[in-house]
Amino acid sequence: MATADFLLDYLPIIIFLGLAFVIGVGFLAIPALVAPSDPDPEKVSAYECGFNAFDDARMKFDVQFYIVAILFIIVDLDVAFLFPWAVTLFNPELGVDRGFQVFSFWSMFVFIAVFAIGFVYEWKKGALEWR
Amino acid sequence: MGVIETLTHAFPELLLVLGGMILLITGVFLGDRYSRHISLIAVALMIGAAILTLLGQGASANALFDGAFRIDDFAVFSKIVIFVAAAFAILMSIGTLPGEELGRFEYPILIILAVFGMSLMVSASDLISLYMGVETQSLALYILAAFNRDSRRSTEAGLKYFVLGALSSGLLLYGASLIYGFTGSTQFETIARIATSGETNIGLVFGVVFLIAGLAFKVSAAPFHMWTPDVYEGAPTPVTAFFAAAPKVAAIALFSRVLVTSVPDIIDQWRPIIAIISVASMTVGAFSAIVQVNIKRLMAYSSIGHMGYALIGLAAGTPEGIGSILIYMTIYVVMTIGAFACILMMRRRGGLTEKIADLSGLSKTNAPLALMLTVFMFSMAGVPPAGGFFGKWYVFLAAVNADLVWLAIAGAVASVISAFYYLKVIWVIWFDEPAPTFEREVKPALRFTAAGAAFLMFPLTLFLVGPLREAANHAASALF
Repeated sequence: MATADFLLDYLPIIIFLGLAFVIGVGFLAIPALVAPSDPDPEKVSAYECGFNAFDDARMKFDVQFYIVAILFIIVDLDVAFLFPWAVTLFNPELGVDRGFQVFSFWSMFVFIAVFAIGFVYEWKKGALEWR
Repeated sequence: MGVIETLTHAFPELLLVLGGMILLITGVFLGDRYSRHISLIAVALMIGAAILTLLGQGASANALFDGAFRIDDFAVFSKIVIFVAAAFAILMSIGTLPGEELGRFEYPILIILAVFGMSLMVSASDLISLYMGVETQSLALYILAAFNRDSRRSTEAGLKYFVLGALSSGLLLYGASLIYGFTGSTQFETIARIATSGETNIGLVFGVVFLIAGLAFKVSAAPFHMWTPDVYEGAPTPVTAFFAAAPKVAAIALFSRVLVTSVPDIIDQWRPIIAIISVASMTVGAFSAIVQVNIKRLMAYSSIGHMGYALIGLAAGTPEGIGSILIYMTIYVVMTIGAFACILMMRRRGGLTEKIADLSGLSKTNAPLALMLTVFMFSMAGVPPAGGFFGKWYVFLAAVNADLVWLAIAGAVASVISAFYYLKVIWVIWFDEPAPTFEREVKPALRFTAAGAAFLMFPLTLFLVGPLREAANHAASALF
């Protein structure tokens, strides 16, 4: 395999992984070996700003939070997709071919149209209203 | 080729996608009252897509969208089977979805979108369009599994399916990235050209193995089958009927196309893997189904077993083998849809029953239903005059002709073992003490579907299997 030379480019990653592993294991191992361990019930109980813990940390959330989060992700990705299109397509320095410009321009409009249909759906369904 | 001309070749897909979006907007403005009409329009869209596919068959358009999308006879055959299966799945769901009286209008739209993904899958000739097809299909299917969202089991099914599906997509992508890394291309044709030259590339084989693992998840072949029984049992029954039919065809077709067109020259590397997966699926399907008491779980294990038989044809890797897969999947789809139409008729006091014991003595209380179920069970067991026998026969024949006699023998042994539980169901239907009767009033669509499928499986199959074989072999030759 003479073509394996390109793997040398990845040498820093191997070194970095090795370092990360050594440091990570080291910082877990050293306290276990060196630090004094003398637990009592007060010491190991949960500490919450001086109070006793009120209730369990795992509690129910309103499902609305998730809906808002999901809708946010969709719009977020949409912007991430639109942004490079907006800044590169008609940038004169890049000299993009005219036919390709027209094609890409309308392709994005198709995408936005599909996106708009999803938006109309979620609006009409009431996903954007906080009840 | 210009954009417009390219799009004309993808008319069936365009019809599905545009129709789905228009129905979505219409549905959201009209509300759930019209879900029945939307379902009927969705059925019409499926039939329309099938007709358009058939009409477009003559136009040879091998590489569309820069070679990412192929329309050949193989794709045409699989697509027609998928569209028709989906049409019947929607038809059977009308009025039988649990929960609200009318069902929600999103149901047929999700099926349309899933079917669009499937049609992308069977036409994919590029790793990227392959992945897009698989994901478009899967995302819609996850939602469908959890469609009865007030039921704990349905949401559990959806979540399980989603998590395991995401895992399998990860494996698939990892494999695809390795294949791309070692061949420098995502197109099946280019990969095939590079895989041919020189000695076997171990990295490529590694990638193919991961790709196979990811696709085996999608066809629910053992050892990647664990999600199937839980999802089939938890999902609403009309959804299970859809799951068992169309997505299986799409995934098996995609499986065949990837292996046969992109890495045909390293068949010695992937053939043993497919053979082992196939034997494992047949074994799991045969033994695990014996202890099931729920008919949907039984169907799940049965479908795992059937995927094993279909994969025998892929292990053969010959045009005859691929043709036998198409024959097998067509017959499988017909009997699965028929069997689920019967299961959907098992209603008592407004609810569906799912226990096999509920069928006991059915021959005395509801003879037509008993007769139809018997035909389907015989057919799935592969008892000679019924349709399932011919599917198994051609698959085994292909294996023998490809010097895989041991695989054919393993398949025959597994089908004898699995006959046990199919015959047990028939025993329960004909010879046990009668259980309370099912509701007499049955949707005509269900009765029509079940009766039609039963006729196709028993008397008609004797006349149809010849033309089916011819069409399947013609379609399969497009891959070679």
